[in-house]
Amino acid sequence: MIAYALYFAFGCFGFALLLNLWQVARAELIADRVLALDTIVINVIALLILYGVARGTAVYFEASMLFAMVGFVSTVAFCKFMLRGDVIE
Amino acid sequence: METAAEIVIALLLVVSGVFGLVGSYGLIKLSDPMMRLHAPTKATTLGVGGVLIASMLYFLVFGGAPSFHELMITLFLFLTAPVSAHFVAKAFLHRNIRREEVVPARHGSVWAGYSPAEDAPATGEADDRVE
Repeated sequence: MIAYALYFAFGCFGFALLLNLWQVARAELIADRVLALDTIVINVIALLILYGVARGTAVYFEASMLFAMVGFVSTVAFCKFMLRGDVIE
Repeated sequence: METAAEIVIALLLVVSGVFGLVGSYGLIKLSDPMMRLHAPTKATTLGVGGVLIASMLYFLVFGGAPSFHELMITLFLFLTAPVSAHFVAKAFLHRNIRREEVVPARHGSVWAGYSPAEDAPATGEADDRVE
């Protein structure tokens, strides 16, 4: 039963990732693109954890932790650049 | 016992998958940029939280040992999601909304992101403003 639920969740988050990529390519405002990139990172974290459950190993938690940190820092850097025209002043 | 755990884990996975999909669909579906901010920061974060709880239950029941990595990721995500949403909202306001269009701040203070005092609009030459 868990296998089928995993397939369903994989499908959902994979399709969500495609929608986010579409939004990155199509959005007309820069803030929208940054928001879509942030959502991509969150969806990739969910996919990595699902993959870890499917494989039955805990190795992928470190990868998703790294994704969470890098995604947050990059979102803040993008927004800082939009706000101030510079990342570190 | 194991069957009950299986049912709970499968239910959590399905629900969180739907939440993740709804969040990303709202990102392209909603009309206003400030509305669009709500979908991924709430629904998608909830979806990831559900996946993390399902993973914790899975490794507790079938892996033999409880794992607490997920709590770290959950805590980190729940701390950083509002911060990044706030940053994106601020950047949007700064680039796209004129200073005269925002709701006036409380008497004697100004909104952060717009330069204080003077009567000149702070973001006079922003290039992609919406009406």
